[in-house]
Amino acid sequence: MLSKLNRNRLRFAYLMIIPGFMLMAVFVFYPILYGLPLAFTNYSVVDEMKWVGWKNFDRAFKDPIFIKSIWNSLIYLIVVPIIQLISILMAILVNNRLRGVQFFRVAYFVPVVTSMVAAAIAWRWMFQGNGILNYLLQSAGLIGKPISYLAEADVALFAIMCVTVWKGLGYYMMIYLAGLQSIPSEMQEAARIDGAGRAKVIWYITIPLLKPFVLLCSLISMMSAIRVFDEVYVMTAPLPGAPFNATMTSAVYTYEKAFRDFDFGYAAALGLIVSLIVMVISIIMFKYGRKGGMSYYG
Amino acid sequence: MAEVQAAFLETKSRRITKPRSFKRIVKPLILYPLMIITALLCLGPFLWLLSTSLKTNANVFAFPPQFIPRPISFNNYIKVFEFMPLWHHIYNTVLISGMGVALNLITCLLMAYPLARIQFPGRNTIFVAMISTLILPNAAGMIVHFVTIQKFGLYNTYLGVVLPAAVSVFNVFLLRQAFITIPNEMEQSARIDGAGEFRIFWNIMVPMVRPAIATVVIFDFLNFWNSFIWPVVVLSDKEKYPLAPALQYLQSDFSFNFPYIAAGTIISIIPIIIVFLFLQKQFINGMVGAVKG
Repeated sequence: MLSKLNRNRLRFAYLMIIPGFMLMAVFVFYPILYGLPLAFTNYSVVDEMKWVGWKNFDRAFKDPIFIKSIWNSLIYLIVVPIIQLISILMAILVNNRLRGVQFFRVAYFVPVVTSMVAAAIAWRWMFQGNGILNYLLQSAGLIGKPISYLAEADVALFAIMCVTVWKGLGYYMMIYLAGLQSIPSEMQEAARIDGAGRAKVIWYITIPLLKPFVLLCSLISMMSAIRVFDEVYVMTAPLPGAPFNATMTSAVYTYEKAFRDFDFGYAAALGLIVSLIVMVISIIMFKYGRKGGMSYYG
Repeated sequence: MAEVQAAFLETKSRRITKPRSFKRIVKPLILYPLMIITALLCLGPFLWLLSTSLKTNANVFAFPPQFIPRPISFNNYIKVFEFMPLWHHIYNTVLISGMGVALNLITCLLMAYPLARIQFPGRNTIFVAMISTLILPNAAGMIVHFVTIQKFGLYNTYLGVVLPAAVSVFNVFLLRQAFITIPNEMEQSARIDGAGEFRIFWNIMVPMVRPAIATVVIFDFLNFWNSFIWPVVVLSDKEKYPLAPALQYLQSDFSFNFPYIAAGTIISIIPIIIVFLFLQKQFINGMVGAVKG
């Protein structure tokens, strides 16, 4: 028999759990369970829902814009190593005890707390043909003619990547800074005494010691890079993916299918394909990320 | 032996004096310029936007560009309020963020506590279900949420905007981890003093997990304040939009007059930057700690 105390505690536990659990059932568990069969239907606002088998997937693999968007999303992964490298260097830069260093750490974090919409508007303004970026690059003699970054098909996607990198740097820098402060400094000092240069110490000692953090940050930035949405949508408005789908990423295309065409079944199938790609990449990163390197963390 | 030791001490002291002079003079000379350049790169786009927003129309496209506007004019800030109900959008954002953070914090606190400290039948099942959501792909999340919100009759309401994010598995885990670390003695002594279950939870346990609560609040606040596409999907009245979507529509409607957009964007980021500057330590610890924890 349960004691009175225990019965009370159980009743209390269930009462506490219920509101959160019900919300979770509707908005977390149900979408995961329901999203799967949805991909095999023609569900939309107009038609009656019917089971269509693999038809959505057939259509997806023959859909040139979707294939293009997958490629663009994969190309977008270039931001992952760039973010890691710059943010590690930034973390090393602010990992000192100079006066005012806290001010700089905070300054680098400002883009992280602002909305992507605001950031994308600011960058779009700089990217204009007669904008500041062209002026600065031309004055420095780096480019001849002004470039219209967001209108040229070869450049636009890379221009948007700059925004993603720029906005993420402060965040990853802080994670790496925490990492740097958690690793013992003896090894770096020993290498310095043995005559290694600063750059060598960073490349051969510091970065390998940061490996668990590099894996973590790479995974987070990979997942958000493949699902990149806000910056593309804002910077290419009013025609998402402009020019000519050169910047169409899979998340933007899925959104367009779902909420412009209300083709929910097809959009669910597209989402499922992208999720599978993310899963495969994560597994590969985990497998190779854990191999080799320094075994300081076991 | 003593000689070796002496030699060692000598090299050691030499090693120390050399880096010291380096540290005092050369290090700041290299590091400060690097840190300043990086800061300019990080803040540059917003500073340029600020500069644009303070210019008169004639100077916006001046060549060469004016980095510091002459004359400084606040005209764009006055005009943008005429073009869009900016106060209303700020109010919407505050309302959505406030509702969202409060709902999320309460449901997650309530759920995390029993999962951490009470053995009840079904606990492990809930646990496994929650962990599996972190692994399984949520491919059609927004579509299913949209359909659900419509079925609940919450289309075009603020509740519809916040409800899908009113509980999060991640926050429940974070708070549960904090509750677990509280020693049992705290609970037992409160019980001996005659406190009921809810009193123990509210007066003893919740105050002890304040750092975790700060993390959750900051994380949620940023997510709700900056959320962009979900409010666009749920709200059909543009007047109900929070700041981020409103700016996006201002951008596409008034692209011919960028200084207004610049002013509106600057107004939209000022509150969050002020809150961040006041709570910088909590922000950074919270956002970084959430990942590491």
